[in-house]
Amino acid sequence: MRKYSAVVIGGGSAGLAAGITLKENGIDDVLVIEKDDMVGGILNQCIHNGFGLHTFHEQMSGPAYAERFMIRAEEVGLDIKLNSMVTHIHPDRTIEYVNRDEGYVTIQADAVILAVGCYERNRGALAIPGQRPAGVFTAGQAQRYLNIDGYMVGRKVFILGSGDIGLIMARRMMLEGAKVYGVAEIMPYSNGLPRNIKQCLEDFDIPLYLNHTVTNIYGKDRVERIEVSKVDEKMQPIKGTEMYFDVDTLLLSVGLIPENHLGDAAGIEMDPRIKGPSVDENYMCSIDGFFACGNGLHVHDLVDYVTLQAQRAALGAVHYLKNGPAEEKAVKAVPGNGILYTVPARIHPHHIDKTVEFFYRIRKPMDEAVITVKCGDRVLRRQTKKYLVPSVMERMMFAGRQLEDVDGDITFEAEEVIHD
Amino acid sequence: MTETKQLTCVGCPAGCRITIEMEGGEILSIAGNTCDVGEQYARQEAIMPMRILTSTVKVTDCPYRVLPVTTDREIPLKMIDQAMEIIRTTVVKAPVSFEQVIIENLLDTGANVIASRSLPALH
Ligand SMILES: Cc1cc2nc3c(=O)[nH]c(=O)nc-3n(C[C@H](O)[C@H](O)[C@H](O)COP(=O)(O)OP(=O)(O)OC[C@H]3O[C@@H](n4cnc5c(N)ncnc54)[C@H](O)[C@@H]3O)c2cc1C
Repeated sequence: MRKYSAVVIGGGSAGLAAGITLKENGIDDVLVIEKDDMVGGILNQCIHNGFGLHTFHEQMSGPAYAERFMIRAEEVGLDIKLNSMVTHIHPDRTIEYVNRDEGYVTIQADAVILAVGCYERNRGALAIPGQRPAGVFTAGQAQRYLNIDGYMVGRKVFILGSGDIGLIMARRMMLEGAKVYGVAEIMPYSNGLPRNIKQCLEDFDIPLYLNHTVTNIYGKDRVERIEVSKVDEKMQPIKGTEMYFDVDTLLLSVGLIPENHLGDAAGIEMDPRIKGPSVDENYMCSIDGFFACGNGLHVHDLVDYVTLQAQRAALGAVHYLKNGPAEEKAVKAVPGNGILYTVPARIHPHHIDKTVEFFYRIRKPMDEAVITVKCGDRVLRRQTKKYLVPSVMERMMFAGRQLEDVDGDITFEAEEVIHD
Repeated sequence: MTETKQLTCVGCPAGCRITIEMEGGEILSIAGNTCDVGEQYARQEAIMPMRILTSTVKVTDCPYRVLPVTTDREIPLKMIDQAMEIIRTTVVKAPVSFEQVIIENLLDTGANVIASRSLPALH
């Protein structure tokens, strides 16, 4: 059986950044395994601009961001296996993959980095009543058809869910000559970035219906009409508020979920709040030698953070390959009031190399909030932040010294500041 | 007659809500922004909104059917429909190199449409 120092599963932005960082830090025997016929992952279909502001200090398109990394991957001589799908991973770090040339292959690695991306929730997960005609797509599927395969999926479009992919597809379909009748969002606020609300909806006069959802789909072979209703505080449709749109296409942009089944089947512990692996400050999972990053860890809206965390996961793997696992019981980082989750979800307070950065999301929009991090009754850090929204990931850096006295779980809390 | 425009700044994630008061095409006041980026943005949006335009063009002699493209600088928002008419009828032949110029000086805006990625030729 062929052995590698490190194997990266997935060749999207996370996998490329992780592979490159491993090579740059003296780990030579690295393999990246990618199931598609090209690397770059989701970036290849995200042809809009808005990538790389933090990493390259310029705004570029998704494919351009990917190409920069492909060029770097070539420079460092990163070994990439395309058209190869990993089917199983095991706690002893053996990896099974299949491809057309080699058939079924088993390899082993000293460190495994999961960079497998995410998938979209679909109609099944929503249970919208009505007929089952053609013309209902997830926004990401439609994006792939249009931007990579070059096919339009419809002419008269409605979009359910105001996630970024939905917003970006609203603009994209308009530009290609389709008419987008509106976007319905069940929550009282949009989950999309403010920039996308402005440039994808407002620029094109596409209405955003907050507190609304699709309550019925009509059509025999193809979607002909949809019913949209207002919802109450419990998100139940309100009778008498129905609106009808004669459309041939419904796009669903109702959430992304980390692709966690490989890790789950291997017994890697998942964090139910992010639906990806629970990781420590080195991005190491519950089983030693496994690391996770990118959308396969938790769903990101900025590729720059994907790159950053993938680099940190790779450095974590380098540290592990040289020193082994930390001999210390981890403490948990617990999301308290107002906080949805934190990554990492546990840390080894006496093994922090200089700094550790927490990424977190808050539960609901707040104009101003005080973020408090505590260990028991002791306040480790208190910070006032403005204009917090769940769609924007927040970050907080700690120096290792600030965590020296930590002797139990630490809790993150967000308390809204109300000015009258 | 004073006209009021509401904007959400896209300069950073803070997303400041900016209010612009205008009269006869002149800006009277800008309020709600918390930094200079916001003021600049509001000024530009009020007078002439500018956008990067991204799309795809048809490609021949290539394993793929379309090539993603982008303008290399912002163009006026109001010219986007006209620009799309040109982009939609453009066809290029593979191979294509990264950032290759596909359409020069789009509609005299000074912006070029360039390839967002490289694409190989068939075989
Ligand atoms: C539609 C959309 C729009 C976005 N817009 C922006 C934006 O404007 N600006 C911005 O900064 N960020 C944006 N993002 C966020 C950012 O681009 C992504 O979060 C990031 O690119 C994800 O990278 P990844 O490597 O984690 O996942 P992916 O790109 O999904 O890569 C995962 C890779 O793993 C491979 N894989 C999965 N399972 C296996 C397996 N079993 N075997 C082998 N290979 C496997 C997949 O084929 C894929 O190539 C957007 C994201 C989406 C989805």
